[in-house]
Amino acid sequence: MSAEGRGHDRPDGERSSPSQRPDGAPSAVSFCGLRLAHPIVNASGTFDALAALAVFGEDLRTEFPFAAFVSKTITLAPRAGNPPPRLWEAPAGLINSIGLPNRGLEGYLEHDLPALAALLAAHGARPAVPLITNVMGSTAAEIATLLAACEERPEIAAVELNVSCPNVRTGLDIGADPAQLQAVLEQTRGHLRKPLIVKLTPNTADVAACAHAAQQGGADAISLINTLRARAPAPRGPAGAPRAWLGGGTGGLSGPAIRLVALAQVAAAAARVSIPVIGMGGVQSARHARALLDAGASLVAVGTESFRDPTAASRIARELAEGRA
Amino acid sequence: MSGFARRLLKVAANERLGAYRLLRLADPHGPAPAPGQFAMLAAAARWGAGEDERPHLPRAFSIARWQDGEAHYLLEDVGPGTRRLCELRAGEDVWALAPLGVGFRPAPDDARPLLVGGGVGIAPLAILQDGLARGRPTLDPSAQDPFLPAPREGAPVTVLLGFRDGERAHGAALLSGAQVCSDDGSVGHRGPVTDLLAHELDRDAHATVYACGPPAMLEAVRALCERRAVPAQLALEAGMACGFGACFGCVVPTRGGAYARVCVEGPVFDAARLECVQAHTGAPR
Repeated sequence: MSAEGRGHDRPDGERSSPSQRPDGAPSAVSFCGLRLAHPIVNASGTFDALAALAVFGEDLRTEFPFAAFVSKTITLAPRAGNPPPRLWEAPAGLINSIGLPNRGLEGYLEHDLPALAALLAAHGARPAVPLITNVMGSTAAEIATLLAACEERPEIAAVELNVSCPNVRTGLDIGADPAQLQAVLEQTRGHLRKPLIVKLTPNTADVAACAHAAQQGGADAISLINTLRARAPAPRGPAGAPRAWLGGGTGGLSGPAIRLVALAQVAAAAARVSIPVIGMGGVQSARHARALLDAGASLVAVGTESFRDPTAASRIARELAEGRA
Repeated sequence: MSGFARRLLKVAANERLGAYRLLRLADPHGPAPAPGQFAMLAAAARWGAGEDERPHLPRAFSIARWQDGEAHYLLEDVGPGTRRLCELRAGEDVWALAPLGVGFRPAPDDARPLLVGGGVGIAPLAILQDGLARGRPTLDPSAQDPFLPAPREGAPVTVLLGFRDGERAHGAALLSGAQVCSDDGSVGHRGPVTDLLAHELDRDAHATVYACGPPAMLEAVRALCERRAVPAQLALEAGMACGFGACFGCVVPTRGGAYARVCVEGPVFDAARLECVQAHTGAPR
């Protein structure tokens, strides 16, 4: 399969879809042994289900928009996140420099996990929503500890490993170098029997090689794309000197601005692996989701669009099921 | 808020108020907001592809008034998002996610409410003044006391407003009985609104201050209230992508160093929780 010729983001009414049913009911999909009500999930770090429950109340429980829920990134130690400002509205998108704030593995397991499990349990006609916990470590030992902890908790259905983390020794993102990625996975994969999804970084020379390395290292699935490294334009300070705008210096670009980069990377990665792919990047409609599915993705994640419309994922799943893509 | 969805609302009117616009959205069946709560707004049409291919994200606005089946918002054209909303005409559609956040909390005992506002940030003080006049429930589920403090018998709520210039000072019409000052001296006292606040506190310091405005003004109010040991509640502005706790973009540092999300822990904060009010220049506008 080639990315060429798929670059035009256009409707294609003739293409049939495995998840399309004439009655409009979303059809279930199977992913790494998990049964999902439809193929739309969230991108890690773009939906705080517990905060949303406090804001929207019980309607969130009955109308939960995602077929599986991916947690924000959990690290071994708590992180406060980056100093503000953390956001910059980019042309057709958003640069964020959030810095992965989280209460650390212990806090997550003790406080968030039971609350998430309660929220995601089967509710009336809605089936249970599998929980995928996203973790990140800067050494193989840290990653092993995180995976082993997730293995022990039955509330967690699968783990997504964020490899957009600098190696503490080399300073390079673990996921940016295929050989390093494969080696880290081989050292740690044995600590988890549950499905392991590797969330690839797009900030690499050859994403397909990284996808292949993830598979060789024992990943059961890959997800991409993470945000593209970007920098907000530097306004001049009072003294006339340019300065970094975001508190974290650079940030990650998401939203419609990266949609066609995502399409190219998902197609290239999917062509190199035989494991399932979660495609994401700038998806705003069923048409955009369909393009990623056609490029080889099994599931599609919605991220930045949920900021604009918290029920975007439900709308996209419904439109997909109705064949309105 | 109740319900899990943004709502498509019609513009009832978009009126000029000096340098500002008062956007009135018809929302006859919407949940009533508590004073200090906010909305995420985006025009349904032509939201995007403006200057710099923006706006993309919805914009956060304090709810300025809630009456006769309408929600009112005070707008100032400071960027592609606010510009598009300022252009809206009656009958056009707006996506609204509202009401959001934690609003003003009841004052303890019988402390007199002192409302202090600056610029376009006077908006939430209008709905607060309405609420204080009626003594009606806050409808804020997080409020410890379900009722706003009723003003002391016969004592009108004191309102102190500061503006950059005379055009902006027209915004004072949003509240009643306000003492107004301006940076350029074109209206009222020439100087910052904290001059008026200091004078009021000299007169009677048994007060609770409710403030909203630009960061530098809020910081001056916070510092003054700290020196005088007067409790204050500050409605903060921050750049936010979502308004419901998802993006973690709108944080402010609190005392002790932890970050708090303005959208779900605020936008109204007890001043005592903050070391200082930092400028939030990154806000999408």
